[in-house]
Amino acid sequence: MSSSRFVITVIGLDRVGIVAGISRVMAEHGVNIADIRQTIMGDLFTMIMLAEVTSGEFGLPAFKEAMNSIGDDLGVKVIIQHEDVFRFMHRI
Amino acid sequence: MFIHPEEILETLKMVNNEHLDIRTVTMGISLRGCCHPDMATFNSNVYDRILRCAEKLVRTTEEIQSLYGMPIINRRISVTPIAIVAESCQADDYCSVAETLDRAARETGIDFIGGFSALVQKGMTPGDLKLIESIPRALAITEKVCSSVNLASTKAGINMDAVALMGRIIRETARLTADRGAIGCAKLVVFANAPEDNPFMAGAFHGVGEPDCVINVGVSGPGVVNAAVRGLQGSPTLGDIAECIKKTAFKITRMGEMVGREVARRLDAQFGVLDLSLAPTPAVGDSVAAILEAMGLESCGTHGTTAALALLNDAVKKGGSMASSNVGGLSGAFIPVSEDEGMIRAVKRGSLSLDKLEAMTCVCSVGLDMVAVPGDTPAATLSAIIADEMAIGMINKKTTAVRIIPAPGTVVGDVVEFGGLLGSAPVMAVHNFSAETFIGRGGRIPAPIQALTN
Repeated sequence: MSSSRFVITVIGLDRVGIVAGISRVMAEHGVNIADIRQTIMGDLFTMIMLAEVTSGEFGLPAFKEAMNSIGDDLGVKVIIQHEDVFRFMHRI
Repeated sequence: MFIHPEEILETLKMVNNEHLDIRTVTMGISLRGCCHPDMATFNSNVYDRILRCAEKLVRTTEEIQSLYGMPIINRRISVTPIAIVAESCQADDYCSVAETLDRAARETGIDFIGGFSALVQKGMTPGDLKLIESIPRALAITEKVCSSVNLASTKAGINMDAVALMGRIIRETARLTADRGAIGCAKLVVFANAPEDNPFMAGAFHGVGEPDCVINVGVSGPGVVNAAVRGLQGSPTLGDIAECIKKTAFKITRMGEMVGREVARRLDAQFGVLDLSLAPTPAVGDSVAAILEAMGLESCGTHGTTAALALLNDAVKKGGSMASSNVGGLSGAFIPVSEDEGMIRAVKRGSLSLDKLEAMTCVCSVGLDMVAVPGDTPAATLSAIIADEMAIGMINKKTTAVRIIPAPGTVVGDVVEFGGLLGSAPVMAVHNFSAETFIGRGGRIPAPIQALTN
């Protein structure tokens, strides 16, 4: 792994509290938001974040579980992928 | 480097809606150090060796799957052809080796283990013969073991004695697994010019020219290519379509390369090849036939299908070889009938026959793959079908294969169900005129001249 940055994508119907809920869980796991942007895919709310892991004790499985759980509460889908996926796939 | 949101959403769409996946991560393990004249010692050597190498294979691939959010469908192991490493064993048959492989596969949690194989393109040793004769029972008493036999090559010609033998072996395998839709035949493939680094079953084995332990990856996304072709605006020419497939294949391949290298690094194994293939699954929207139809054919199998497939196969290879320097295996488009929802539909509506399928195999990967034929098809006819396919591979310097299922008790129009990735195969008609005398002659069809090509 060349870095410990993740792309977090949140997709779902817009409602109050999505950004607050998601970023709270990230903060609890010591995950920093390096970049954040929103876009519309069809009529869905789509938030894309570049997240940086700062804590040495970071555990991906636990983080994923917590993010999925807050996603369920908010009615949105949360997808977490290492940034290398996008670097490799689309660029030479 | 800035990652564009559109690239992120495109990747998500490929995975979530268009079935992009890493189809297989296959660990190739050399068993050359396991030889021993005593069968029990040999088996225990094989078991220990596989477990030592592949202990962490499943766990590691699961971690990678989670890290990248990229589904990995199958974990597999391929081993040195058993006929080679078991040759010195004192035993009447090699069924116990198949059981050992099965036990090792279960213990490591993988899906399939390949390498119950023999390479007999030019002739058979006693060990080769013993292995081939063990195949029907070995496949009937095991669950995860896959078997392959190389019968021909461009340099050696076609071993017609072995072709004749395999017709009988396939029938016997069908008989012994008749209660399960002849599933043994779905785990048995015969080859011309078998690649030694192929991660796809049933043909995977760990070639003798390969390293000690290696990770090969097979990546697949017919659904992604289909969506890309269908998404082209206006009325694209075939040149535009080829360009579009090329670009899509590039992206798919990059994904596989990244996953393969990371798995190999974590398991301390060498990274072998990336097999850039379009391998369909029974899922709707993950079909190679659908891509051909997206190019403008009313139904796969009609006139023009071979040309469309040639375009597809070549474009996939071009895009893929730009994306990775480690391309190998059986790269190209696969056309297994039972595993492709579009192909199944084409057979059922009568647009795709065995003869057309054979013609299609001249321009794509593999060959007659997962084809069901009537249960009463004579062994000589099966051998003749194999001989035709071997000839195509031999003359055209390419890999071809036959994985054919004469499911006992079935007739044309029936459907044989396998479940899972193997899908369901409609029984296809074969010619009724006999090839018995031709196949009965045996011997070897000499290797072709490599000059004067036309």
